[in-house]
Amino acid sequence: MIEELAALAQWHNLRFLWQGLAVTLQISVLTIISSFVLGTILGIMRYSGHWLLGRLAAVYVEGFRASPLILLILLFRFTTPLKPVNSGTLAMSLFTAAIVAEVVRGGLNSVDKGQWEAARSQGFSWVQILRYVVLPQALRKMIPPLVGQFITVVKDTSYVWVTGVEELTGKGVIILGQYGSAVQFFAIFGTIGLVYYLLCWGLQRFGLFQERRMSWLTM
Amino acid sequence: MDRFAAFKWQALFMDWRIFLEGLGRTASTAGLALLLSLALGVLFGMLATSPYRSGRSVNRLYVSLIQNTPLVTQIFFLFYALPHLKIMIPTSVVGVLGLGFYHGAYMSEVVRAGIQAIHRGQLEAALSQGFTYVQAMRYVILPQAAEVVLPPMTNQAVALIKNSSILAMISGGDLMFQADSWSASTGYYGPAYLTVWLIYFALCFPLTQLAKRWENKAARSRSGEVKVA
Repeated sequence: MIEELAALAQWHNLRFLWQGLAVTLQISVLTIISSFVLGTILGIMRYSGHWLLGRLAAVYVEGFRASPLILLILLFRFTTPLKPVNSGTLAMSLFTAAIVAEVVRGGLNSVDKGQWEAARSQGFSWVQILRYVVLPQALRKMIPPLVGQFITVVKDTSYVWVTGVEELTGKGVIILGQYGSAVQFFAIFGTIGLVYYLLCWGLQRFGLFQERRMSWLTM
Repeated sequence: MDRFAAFKWQALFMDWRIFLEGLGRTASTAGLALLLSLALGVLFGMLATSPYRSGRSVNRLYVSLIQNTPLVTQIFFLFYALPHLKIMIPTSVVGVLGLGFYHGAYMSEVVRAGIQAIHRGQLEAALSQGFTYVQAMRYVILPQAAEVVLPPMTNQAVALIKNSSILAMISGGDLMFQADSWSASTGYYGPAYLTVWLIYFALCFPLTQLAKRWENKAARSRSGEVKVA
């Protein structure tokens, strides 16, 4: 058993897994940033109730939300000329944006409508009210569901392995091909599981910290 | 637009049986996994709110382990671990177990929130009337919690249906797998994936709308707008 674990715990194996983690982190960070931007725009579009923009956002959100992520990853892999890691990131960004849009809309809806009238009576424009009055208050309400979704993003990067992108789970499965014993198997999956666990746990702590930091915004 | 040329669509409709077969596997896997996740959800939800410290710890361990690691990793773990333990089962059963345990953790959080939404006094009142803990749950708390938990549970069911596409990664024969292997052999990716998208939409969208309607109704009845006759 000790020999089996010693055979596994070598520098080149650790480096191999680390490379996978780097890919996982890269896809996660890019997806979180781009889906946050696109999702906020879509959420505001749907919240605005504009006859065209509102409906466009609704079609986008419902269309993407009802699709399995794996389907989007495969669709973009085979119908775009992008490299698999990029088409995967694109698929994940567009998918996550639909969910972020609903979170943003929910957050905006939770702000009392009276704030709009109050701000308008003070001469604020629509954009100014959104920017300086409504969004900052909505943001705090949005943090818990947003962080939950971003944790899901980190976990869902493992779906991109379906197109052969060697992220953390993919690297683990590849190593598995070379080390076949039961002990080695559990050691490999234990390590991968622990890394995901720490990533998700860290994100959660960060979310709680941000929420507390913004507690002065409580209305 | 030759990625979506007419003859490719024609080829797809000639092979409709393959897709129907996949849909059947998706439906049976998702259905069984949903039952398992509901059972686990109720069990661990009750543990989470139980008066026993060890029960709460067991629930905490289950939920945090499952929720903080990816479903893909868990499915691959099951897929490769069971043969190591000399357990041989079909991939679709691996799918049911993996999906059931994954969504069971989320279901248990929903059930916990539902139980905690019911005033604590109700449990104490039931216990003081000689109900056991299980009886109090069965006849007093759970029926009331059902209204609170239905919308989030429906959303979990939608997530489960979508996640059942993970079977495609272990050759589970579901809708996604059939579409993927059909398009790999024909090269007609566009029509296959769009068709599958539409099928998942037809499955998920009505459920999402239903959940939204229940949610609004529950919110209105909480705020006292709806007077139930």
